[in-house]
Amino acid sequence: MTSSSKTASPDAGGGARIELRGVGVRYANAANAAVHEVDLTIEAGEFAVLLGPSGCGKSTLLRTINRLVEPTSGTVLIDGADVLGRDATVVRRGIGYVIQAVGLFPHYTVAQNVGVVPQLLGWDAAAIDARVDELLELIRLDPARYRDRKPRRLSGGEAQRVGVARALAARPRVLLMDEPFAAVDAIVRASLQDEIARVHRELGTTIIFVTHDVDEALRLADRVVVMNAGRIVQTAPPDELLARPADAFVRDLVGVDPETRRLVLERPLIER
Amino acid sequence: MTYLATHAARVAGLLGAHVVLVLVSLAVALAIAVPLGILAARNERAGALILGVTGVVYTIPSLALLALLVAVLGLGQLTAIVALVAYAQMILVRGVVAGLRGVDPALVDAARGLGFTPRESLLRVEFPAALPVVLGGVRVATVSLVALATVAAWINAGGLGVLLFEGIGTNNPDKIFAGALAAAGLAIAADLLLRGAERAVRT
Repeated sequence: MTSSSKTASPDAGGGARIELRGVGVRYANAANAAVHEVDLTIEAGEFAVLLGPSGCGKSTLLRTINRLVEPTSGTVLIDGADVLGRDATVVRRGIGYVIQAVGLFPHYTVAQNVGVVPQLLGWDAAAIDARVDELLELIRLDPARYRDRKPRRLSGGEAQRVGVARALAARPRVLLMDEPFAAVDAIVRASLQDEIARVHRELGTTIIFVTHDVDEALRLADRVVVMNAGRIVQTAPPDELLARPADAFVRDLVGVDPETRRLVLERPLIER
Repeated sequence: MTYLATHAARVAGLLGAHVVLVLVSLAVALAIAVPLGILAARNERAGALILGVTGVVYTIPSLALLALLVAVLGLGQLTAIVALVAYAQMILVRGVVAGLRGVDPALVDAARGLGFTPRESLLRVEFPAALPVVLGGVRVATVSLVALATVAAWINAGGLGVLLFEGIGTNNPDKIFAGALAAAGLAIAADLLLRGAERAVRT
């Protein structure tokens, strides 16, 4: 799993560099901060996975990037520009967002769901139509069959593919994914992981992916960012994480048997 | 049945006036209840106040409310419409609040995260998702207004209640029966129509 295998093709939109500088989040009335002054730089086009147990602050940290959570300290820079100084709505329209519960709009068709951000941005109808077909082909759902379906007629896996297409519609340079595959069964999850790895390779979008599933993190990440109790405990590529866990917490998280985990890395993703 | 057969045109005319009274009241009531319901769903304090006040209004007996309003506004259709609007508020506001509070939080999170403004999220995502429940409130309110509007004849607002009060005054059961039958038929028709609308908007 080398990052060179995932660099953007020349015609792709590419990704943005993200810098979190001293980002802290403290909720009112909470005894402890949800996130303690975190510093983290994610390179353009990188696939970074935030890994940790529930309540460790990984989702909160992710949501500071598109301003769904306002940090109580620190700054978030996308390609050097401070997101806190810009209108939150404008920032969000430039960032893809995928969540575990998918959140497809039930009264819209698949095509309307996928085209919703371009529509908010004022693209003309023909451009939106063309983009919707392009995206449905990217996520391997036949446009002729799926365009006019309502979300309730999709399987869990199909719905999350549409969720990914919707997030990518306006060609964002950053894609945030919050436990996106946690609600589907293991077989569907594996195929969705293959798809997102392929999409990442094709588009070169910077992806920040939150999960509590160690195998998923090891399979997808260029770099794994391990979090515990609101702090980053280790940032390392998967093989290094297995070979040199920073402390007992990481060692316990990745498991007592690093050699078995290593097999996960050796299982190739489709077409990689 | 004889009154209905011999005076079909008069019954139809009063039925028409009844429908207009209900529709006008419903339209005005919705124009007030939708913004009130949105406010109540978003702000807990405002919600408690709005649901409390509309709930109290709903408990006032209809004849008492009409009598009180006549003292202020006089006899006629306007007074009846004000009373019907006031009654419908509780049912309609509750429908809007229940509908909006019942929207899947994932939809709201997705809409915000994708860059909908709060207004776009409300109009394009939350309200459409709440619509089946809101329409349920509209249906119950409409059926209630059809019934309540019969009492409005007592303050010269017209409608099918005219037949009931005339029938009572002249001891003419046939006339009462004609008015009651027409009002019940109207309520059932409205109920069926709005049930269909609810089904149509359910995704």
